[in-house]
Formats: sequence, C-alpha cells, structure tokens
Amino acid sequence: MTDAAGWRERVEDTALLWALVAVVAVLSVLPLARLLLEGVAPNGQFSTAALARVLASPTTWTATQHSLVTALGGTVVAVVIGSVVAVIVALTDVRARNAFVFCFVLPLMLAPQVVALAWLQLFGPSSTVLKMLGIAPAMGSRNPLYSAEGIMALLGIQYAPLVFLTLRAGLRTLPQELVEAALAAGASPFRILRTIVLPLMTPPLVAGIALCFVSCLGNFGIPAFLGIPGNYLVLPTLIYQRLAGLGPSVLSEVAVLSVLIGVIAVAGIFVQDLMLRRRDFRITTTSHAMQPFSLHRWRAPVEIALWTLTVVVLVLPLIALVLTSLVPVIGVPLTGKTATLANYGFVLFDHAATKRAFVNSFGMSAAAAVAIVLIAVPLAYFLVWRRLRLLRILNLAAEMPYALPGVVLAIAAILVFLKPLPLLGISLYGTIWIILFCYIARFLVLGLRPVISGYYQLDRTLEEAAQVAGARLLHRLRTIILPLIAPAAMAGALLVFLTAFNELTVSALLWSSGTETLGVVVFSFQQGGDSTYASALAVLTVAVTIALMLATLLTSGRLAVGVLPWRG
Amino acid sequence: MARLTIDHVTKMFGAFRALDAVSIEVQNGELMAVLGPSGCGKTTLLRQIAGFDKLDAGRIVIGDTVVSSTARHIPPERRRIGIVFQSYALWPHMTVAENVAYGLTVAGVKEPERALRVAAALTLVELDGFADRRPAALSGGQRQRVALARCLVTEPSLVLLDEPLANLDVQLRAAMEDEFKRFHARTGTTMVYITHDQAEAMALADRIAVMDHGRLLQVATPSQLYREPVDETVAGFIGEGMVVPVEVRSVDGDGTCWTDFFGHGVRMRCAASQRAAPMARACLRASDLRVVEPNTPSVRARVDRAIYQGGFFRLETHVEAQPDLLLHLTAREPFLFTPNAAIQLQVADGWVIPALAKD
Repeated sequence: MTDAAGWRERVEDTALLWALVAVVAVLSVLPLARLLLEGVAPNGQFSTAALARVLASPTTWTATQHSLVTALGGTVVAVVIGSVVAVIVALTDVRARNAFVFCFVLPLMLAPQVVALAWLQLFGPSSTVLKMLGIAPAMGSRNPLYSAEGIMALLGIQYAPLVFLTLRAGLRTLPQELVEAALAAGASPFRILRTIVLPLMTPPLVAGIALCFVSCLGNFGIPAFLGIPGNYLVLPTLIYQRLAGLGPSVLSEVAVLSVLIGVIAVAGIFVQDLMLRRRDFRITTTSHAMQPFSLHRWRAPVEIALWTLTVVVLVLPLIALVLTSLVPVIGVPLTGKTATLANYGFVLFDHAATKRAFVNSFGMSAAAAVAIVLIAVPLAYFLVWRRLRLLRILNLAAEMPYALPGVVLAIAAILVFLKPLPLLGISLYGTIWIILFCYIARFLVLGLRPVISGYYQLDRTLEEAAQVAGARLLHRLRTIILPLIAPAAMAGALLVFLTAFNELTVSALLWSSGTETLGVVVFSFQQGGDSTYASALAVLTVAVTIALMLATLLTSGRLAVGVLPWRG
Repeated sequence: MARLTIDHVTKMFGAFRALDAVSIEVQNGELMAVLGPSGCGKTTLLRQIAGFDKLDAGRIVIGDTVVSSTARHIPPERRRIGIVFQSYALWPHMTVAENVAYGLTVAGVKEPERALRVAAALTLVELDGFADRRPAALSGGQRQRVALARCLVTEPSLVLLDEPLANLDVQLRAAMEDEFKRFHARTGTTMVYITHDQAEAMALADRIAVMDHGRLLQVATPSQLYREPVDETVAGFIGEGMVVPVEVRSVDGDGTCWTDFFGHGVRMRCAASQRAAPMARACLRASDLRVVEPNTPSVRARVDRAIYQGGFFRLETHVEAQPDLLLHLTAREPFLFTPNAAIQLQVADGWVIPALAKD
C-alpha cells in the first residue's frame, strides 16, 4: 500500500456520485429551470409581452377555471370512493380481498384515454351496449359524458385508487392497541372509526387528496376525449390545441400556461403541507397491525356492494369497449352476423402508423424502464446508505417531473431540445429521443421508490462483507447489490413500463410522423371518428397491461408490502 | 499477520462521543477481545478498524501502514482484513464455494489456484462437501464456518469478529468457542473479537480490552482483569465484583497490605505503588466471603434474601453498619436463614483498587 492507496476507490466513488447528480440535474432541474426562464425571457430576451398576452386572454382564465373545477370535482369523487373502499378493505373482514384490490386498482394502471374511450362507448346514441339492450338514446342526442360532470366522474374513478392506496398504507401502520384501548373503553366500531381511526389517518388522507388533485389537474386523456368535442377546454388541452394548431411559434405562450398549471399544482401540495403542520399526528406507539373488524351479517351485503362497484366502474366500460371493437362501423348493432375481428386486423396488420406505434411504445417503455433501473440502483444506493445532504435535494429533484403535470415537462423538454444540441448540432425535437427523455425524467421516481424500499430491506453488511473482501464500488454494485436488489428493481421497471406504455400526455405534445405512440394513435383514431379502430387498439393495450400485472403477481413473493400497488 | 495499533482514536456522531481517545495495541498473532455492554462503542471501534467510517482524531496502524488518521483514510477494500459479521452476511444468491471464492476473484486469483484455495479453506472449517449448497440450506453453525472460511481464504493480515456467536444457541456457542480457540492456534492470525459476553471473552482471548461509554477502561489478560481491576467500573462489570470502602493501614513490600473493613482486619492484594490511605476502595469477589461463627474476625451483615440456585444459595446481604452496601456470596445447602437474620461475614481476600487509576 502506497500513500496513494485508496485513490482509485475514491475517484470511482466520487465520479459515480457526481455522474448521478449530473443525470438527475439534466432530467429534472434543467428542463424546469428552462421553462421558468422562458416565462419571463422568451427566446433569451427579457420580455413580459408573452406573459401579459396570455394573462390578458379570457381563454386562459376560462381554461384555468375549468381545470380547477374538474380537478376539485374529480378529487371529491375519488376521495369519497377511495376512502370508503380503503376503510372497508383495510379494517373489515371482507373476503377475496386480493382479487378486489387488483380490480379496484386496475383503472389507475390503464391509460386515461382508454378509460375515457371505454366510458364513451357505454353511453351515447351510438353505444353498442345500449343498442344491444335497445335503450340507446335517439341519434343526434348528446353523449352525457361530453361535459364537465363527465370529466369529473371519470377523473374520480381513475384516481380513486390513489386515495385508496395512500389511505390503506396509513391504515396498515395503525397500532392495534389504539383501537383495542377504545374497544375496551366501550366504543362501538363506528365510533372508533370516527374518533380514533379517521383523525389519525389525516396525514395519509390529506396526502392522498393532494396527490389526487395534482393528478386530476395534469390529466390530459380524459378532458381531451370528453372536453375537446364540446369545446370545454382545461389547461392541458388548451396547451395541446395551441401547440398542435400553431406549432413551436407559440412556445412562449404555452410556456406561460405550463408555469400556470405548475403553480396551481405546487399550491395544492403547499396546502397539504399547511394542513398537516397545524397539528401533531405522530403515532407514539408501535405494534402489530390491528385485527379486522368483523362485519357479521353485513359482510355479504358489503361484499356485494364492493363487487357491484367493480362491475360498474371497470367491467361495464371494458365490455362496452370490447363490443365496440367488434362492430364493423359505429352505429351498426352488434349481432352474431355483424361481429367482426376486422378492426383488430386493421390495427395490427394494415395501418402503418399503428404498427410504428407498437414498436415505438414497446421500445421506448422498455428503454425507459432499463435506463431508470440503471439510474435508480446506484442512486438509491447513495440515497439510502450514504445519507448526504446533497442527496436529499437530489431526491426532491427526482420527484419534481412526476409531481408536476405531464404537460409542464413536455413543454420544458421542447424548450430545451428545440434548438440543436451544442457540439452535436442536431435537434432532438421531433425525434423519439425527446419522448424517451421525458419518459425517463417523468417516471424515474416510479422506478426509484421500489428500489429504495428494497435497499431498506437489505442488510448492509452484505455489501460491507464484499468491501472488506476487496471489491470496489462498481464491482460490488454488479456482483452483490444488483442481484439482491433485482426483485425490487424488476417491480420498479414494470411500473415504469406500464405507465409509459399507457402514456399520452407527454407524447401528444411531442410526437411527429414516425414517432407515434399507442396513446397518440388511439387519440387520433377517436378524433378522426374511428371509434372502432380506437377501441380495438385500446382493448389490445388493456390486455397487455392486465397480462403484465397478473404475471407479476406470480413472481412478487419477495417484495415488500405496498411495492406493487395492485397486490392485495 | 500484523500487529494493530489503535492510537488515541476518537469518533463523534454529532455531539456524541462514540469513541473517546481509545488506544489499544494488539500484538502480532494475538487474540484480543473487546468487551463491553451494548452501546459502549465496541462496534464503532470495529468499524473504524475496518475503515467503514472516518475517524475524528487519532490514528490506526495495521502492520507498518497508517490506515486511518485525520489526514489519510484507506478504504476498507484496500485494508486486506477479514471480518466475520454478527449476521454472517453470507450472500444468499451465491453458493458456499462462490461466497468463499469472492475475495479471491476480486484479487484476480485464477483457476485452478482459486478452486484449490477454496477447497482448502472449506476443509479447514470442516465443510467439505458443502461447496455447492446455498447459505439458506445451512444451519447456524455451518453458516458461521462459511463466514470464517470466506474471511480467511484471502489470508488477511487481521481478522475482525463482530459478536460472531451472538446468534447461536447456548450449546452451539460452547462448541464454536472451542473451535475458534483451536482455529486461532492453528492459523496464528491476529484477531480482534468484539463481544458483550465476558465468559466468552475470558474463555477465548489472550487479552481483553474493556470499554464503557466510548472509553477504554483496561487492557489485561483475563486473569489480571478478574484479579486486579483497574477501577470501580471494571471491578463491578467483570465477575460481579463488589466495590467496598476500606482503610489501607499499612503496605507490605510484597504487593499486599493490611486493610480495615468495618473493623474487620483483612490482608488484601494491592498495586506496588499503593500507599496507606484512610478512604480507599476494594474489590471483593463472592468467593472471598464466607459465613463464620461470631467472635471470629468478621463483619456483621443482615440477610436480605436467599435465592436457591441448585445445591447452593446465593445470599444477598447488606452490611449492618452501612445498609446501602450490598454483599453477595454463595452458601451451601442446607442453609437455614430467616429474613433479616444477622450473620458474620469473613473476608478472605480482596484487591485494593488503585487510586487515580487513569491519568
């Protein structure tokens, strides 16, 4: 050992850490900073003209109002459904819990545009289902979902699982003896729920509400399918229309709109923080999770109610979607004679853009999943085992692109990549690389969280043993840590893949001919009036999603509770 | 093999002094036990020696190389040491042979030498035939031996053992203690053995370093530690010693002195530097005390309780002249006592704890 002993190790350590810092900075800090800059200094020159123009436009404020109304309405629906279901599933002795959780969480994993499309097929004058039942409204009457109420209802159904998941995670940590003490004091289960459980569950409930609000606010698929036909525009769809209609020349204006929606989202998170700061919710005792309350003779009725809910919010719309995908033309009643697989044949074999979209969506989702695992495994290593202050900031930065609405990141990415890259001299705008960049930036945190929880489950001495055996950091990561963290990394990769695979918000703003995604193609079919093709393609994506989710249930035995949301 | 010098090592966690100027010199080939209650800093010390943390003051030298100081920190992967972890830390995704071979692979040892050395290490711990098993398929004792083989296969200059027997059941512990001792004799490796179990430390170690609250209290052979504790903490911690007030009347040149223990004259052992002192402290052992007839030189005590321990009683008493001074001893069966009965205790031996034990 010379005096330079340890030099290579230190260099390797430091280089890896700073490489990760650089990657996260490029993925999150750079685009968001660029977006903010554009708001006050379009094209690099300080000017408030774009800002003033946008803020003076009545369209801006109408869309803002619509955004707030639908996001708040959707949140209310989601909170009511999600919290009731969470309390029942987490605290009572209903049976077939795992199957129910899988079905209930499924809408969250499906693409919003697919959910919207499915519901549109359930109502309206050309609904195949209603026609089969002979109760379709007269031709020419309006589909009731083309309205603010329709948007709210679907947002609520899509994001109820978010409230459910955060609340159930909280209920899982509720100490048994707090409830038992109340029982011993003679309180009835309902009274305990009202006076003990729900007050203690304020933090997860508020967190769920905030998450739900931000998700509703940033949702593009549902207001695009339900709002655009009736010219009911929210901020994301307004941004889309401006950019799609006028191209990058309106970039400064849409940048201001993106900042506006970002500000509303941050305000929502801020209110959450404010609400939780007023009181102390820390739970002082720790113990086993509580025993479920017995529902006695109410068990069967409650179970029937839960499964009815599943049928209404999941099964019926999906049936409607499947039925529509089987009719030759919208409006033709579905019978044994008219049923056809021609729509599937068309989207799978004939339509060039769809074939490209399959390749693009599969390829980019897989690439994003792999890239995110490669970033997340070393990043989480430093986050969990090296606790530096710098890293906490890094963690926060990694969360930002996901916490903010997708349009914000998409516009920011256009701003960063519209001009040719320095040194290389090529522009990424209009290529698949800008979409892939956004996927990695936006979904990084989805892959990171399971990996972080995986590290917490791992005994660090396993790494230290390799260290004293002489293995350097990269060697340890490859031979010891990666194999041990692999199940968690797989779960993270899968979450990334499924989310990117069903994604529309980002690609709707960034696609160009040749870089279509499946979401974009479904959207284009529907906008062009080809609901049958759109439905066929949507059914295929739903099938892929459900198949992958089911596959993980067979292999997820070693994962921590709560890593895969759809596991009961 | 190498000697290990721990020189005034200090480690802070925020404002908490986890290690406070600890100095220990471990000789080449010695087995040094580091003994102390949980939270005393012994695991922190091990992590400094291994290099997992950077220290705040002092230095650590392995062989002739400074591996840790405020100016220099050689990372663990370059220290050529072996560690047996409390949890064993066997890699669950590798077989026994792969676990053992890992350090050799990292060091660039090629086949067939690698396979030969792995086989030799497994033979040494008597695990031939287990090479292709996974750690999950082994018993606690077998895992322990794999961990040992893994740490020794690279012939480290120094082996650290972090409470390696803590996770084993009582019978297996005794067997493994034996095995460690033979093992150390056979390999002659310098070892630092962290434990909170004094019986284990006494049975295994050449010398024991006693720690408490981040400070080193005493480094001595097991016998010296028991017979001549350096201060009251060590006296109380090792072998349940009783610390009592005595007056040192006169000191003889042969390492003994005459003391007065509540009017009972006792010859005790003392340090060569011991001087006559009116207010000294002494360490008594249960085996130094016995119940005697009245009118023999003794001290008067009262029985608090007698606990039957199979063949004999543990008698807990207090000195009548100073009721908060508790003495315990063993008394053979049959022993008849009534609570609060007065008895006479004779002290056969004791150790006068040196004043100003620390500088």
